[in-house]
Amino acid sequence: MAVPATTSEDQSLFAKAIREAIFAGAIAFGLFVLMIGIKTDQNIRNELVLVPRWGLLAVVVALVAAGRFMTVAYLQPYFAARKSTKAKAPVLPQSANSALFWKHWTKIAIGALILYPVVIVLLVGFQGSLKWVDNFGIQILIYVMLAWGLNIVVGLAGLLDLGYVAFYAVGAYSYALLGTEFGWSFWILLPAAGAMAALWGVVLGFPVLRLRGDYLAIVTLAFGEIIRLVLINWREVTNGTAGISGIPKVTFFGLFSFDVSSPRYIAKVFDIAQSGAYYKIFLYYLILALALLTAFVTVRLRRMPVGRAWEALREDEIACRSLGINTTTTKLTAFAIGAMFGGFAGSFFAARQGFVSPESFIFLESAIILAIVVLGGMGSLTGIAIAALVMIGGTEILRELEFLKVVFGEGFTPELYRMLLFGLAMVIVMLWKPRGFVGSREPTAYLFEQKAVSGSFTKEGHG
Amino acid sequence: MEYFVQQLVNGLTLGSIYGLIAIGYTMVYGIIGMINFAHGDVFMVGAFIALIVFLFLVTALAGAGVVVFLLIMMIVAMLLTSLYSWTIEKLAYRPLRGSFRLAPLITAIGMSIVLSNFVQVTQGPRNKPIPPMISTVYNVFGISISAKQIVIVLVTAVLLTLFWYIVNKTSLGRAQRACEQDRKMAALLGIDVDRTISITFIMGASLAAVAGTLYLMYYGVVVFSDGFVPGVKAFTAAVLGGIGSIPGAVLGGLLIGFIESMWSAYFSIDYKDVAAFSILAIVLIFLPSGILGRPEVEKV
Repeated sequence: MAVPATTSEDQSLFAKAIREAIFAGAIAFGLFVLMIGIKTDQNIRNELVLVPRWGLLAVVVALVAAGRFMTVAYLQPYFAARKSTKAKAPVLPQSANSALFWKHWTKIAIGALILYPVVIVLLVGFQGSLKWVDNFGIQILIYVMLAWGLNIVVGLAGLLDLGYVAFYAVGAYSYALLGTEFGWSFWILLPAAGAMAALWGVVLGFPVLRLRGDYLAIVTLAFGEIIRLVLINWREVTNGTAGISGIPKVTFFGLFSFDVSSPRYIAKVFDIAQSGAYYKIFLYYLILALALLTAFVTVRLRRMPVGRAWEALREDEIACRSLGINTTTTKLTAFAIGAMFGGFAGSFFAARQGFVSPESFIFLESAIILAIVVLGGMGSLTGIAIAALVMIGGTEILRELEFLKVVFGEGFTPELYRMLLFGLAMVIVMLWKPRGFVGSREPTAYLFEQKAVSGSFTKEGHG
Repeated sequence: MEYFVQQLVNGLTLGSIYGLIAIGYTMVYGIIGMINFAHGDVFMVGAFIALIVFLFLVTALAGAGVVVFLLIMMIVAMLLTSLYSWTIEKLAYRPLRGSFRLAPLITAIGMSIVLSNFVQVTQGPRNKPIPPMISTVYNVFGISISAKQIVIVLVTAVLLTLFWYIVNKTSLGRAQRACEQDRKMAALLGIDVDRTISITFIMGASLAAVAGTLYLMYYGVVVFSDGFVPGVKAFTAAVLGGIGSIPGAVLGGLLIGFIESMWSAYFSIDYKDVAAFSILAIVLIFLPSGILGRPEVEKV
């Protein structure tokens, strides 16, 4: 701070921090006294008994109080001081070097993604690369693709869809059922699954055209649940909760296959050592291509009349209608195209796992995809990719934190805390950046020159 | 006919629980216009608190009657669950007030994930069964009505009366209705809007805690993931009745309860949830703002 703080101010701040800390501690005690202080356990006769854990409770309450004290006494004054100095400082012009980077960064990012498996294989070899390419690369790219697909519905057309996972499920089950029943190839079934999902997008879209806002949200949520419940209960076709297994692997356009028993197995064709990593690396490039296709289509559609109509619909539905835009077809195309990409991702998911069950298509998945879209800053493709990287990559990294066992003892399992931390991260990121990671937008229609505007100028739609 | 009336009784019981949860959704929606996705998990936390209090009472107050048990369980659950809801509102929703509409929705979904996983981590992932608290069953004209069902309907009726009185006859209720109509104007007229919103969250959570206690008593088992399905059903009930309308929430809850019990009795138990969700979709196609909801008038 510019003005040196007097001692009385310091003292009052200190007293306030102590007061706040005691208050926070009391609240934490109230919250946790039963849930952490006591554990319900089953004894030998299968009855529930209470096991007290007062030590743990005391530690948690003390941590909360200490955290609150630090926040009030040090963090808040620090941020206030930083804000005031930042406001005074002149805006620094960007250096030419970083400007060049930002101008070409999409190309740089795509190049890095293409090189990623190569680098990993060079660093840790084929066997070691499995985890990094599969758990990190493919897993994150599936969510990037799903979030880009949902972005068409939520970010561009402004229609809040809480049941997006339904289309993912339709795509996955289309591929699983047709692939196991008729043995068709992935390359025929991929468009078929996309078309099927798009059809369901229209089927869902049609009845909800009149609904707006949260009514639309709950009906889409209900639709997602209906699809999942039908998958569970229609046992003759879907095999219920047991799911469908033995889904055929993807072939390289029929030239060679990744199935060890096949005569055209890649290791035999090229006369190299057998490894499961080839298939994973192939899948990585496949999902990368599919995700880039989604992004490309989104970028191009935004410049077409239908894309402009979506964004106009998001900004103002009444103005849209009075200008002669057919809101029915606009909404239906948004649902259908968003659903189609969900279907593509679903058939890829089925091919990757070799197994689908209704467990994979719960509401939580829809919530995660929607959270990625919103955290990324709705409508911004880059932001969404960053959000998927942070949220999905972050939770995957938690699986790897073996060293925490040294800190918390052998019985500690980081996996148990994965979703808890995921939820907390969702809340914290949203509080920190309510407009998402990327707060600027590039308008498609402009008067003289195209320049980015703040995200707060775009509306979020009513639908 | 007796079979039908029997299902009606079952539906009424189920609907009472849904109705109690639905009021929390509808009130919060009415006053700040957000879907409080964490509400279903707040209900689950209420049931867990009731479970722990019950286990404590079994050892500490073994001789006391069931009524005393239920009362203590409900009161403790109401107090602590309200504390949860109050904290969540303060930490996750209040900083985003006035921000764009989807931001609090995402923090609410985040809080819902946090609550259910918090309970899973602290209390374990297993089902938590308790011995039956009340097992009396009355036989009235060939219809069996269990004492549990009577307790549930009675408690719901008493609470709804009390609640109706608070919302319609007290100054607190007047402040709530004023905030619902126009928050800025209410603030100008000297109503502490933040406090009113906090109290709304506390009231919704108390009703959910009672619903949690009754749920635990009725089914005799609770698990950490129990918040989602009743939560979604109650939210469906709130939308069906017209979100923002308190009588609508109760009506919607009862309707969902009836649909579920009738469908499982006459058609198939597997598809009872599909039936409830489909009827929601059909009702909304013909009445886009629910049964008792006011149609939203948009001014240009």
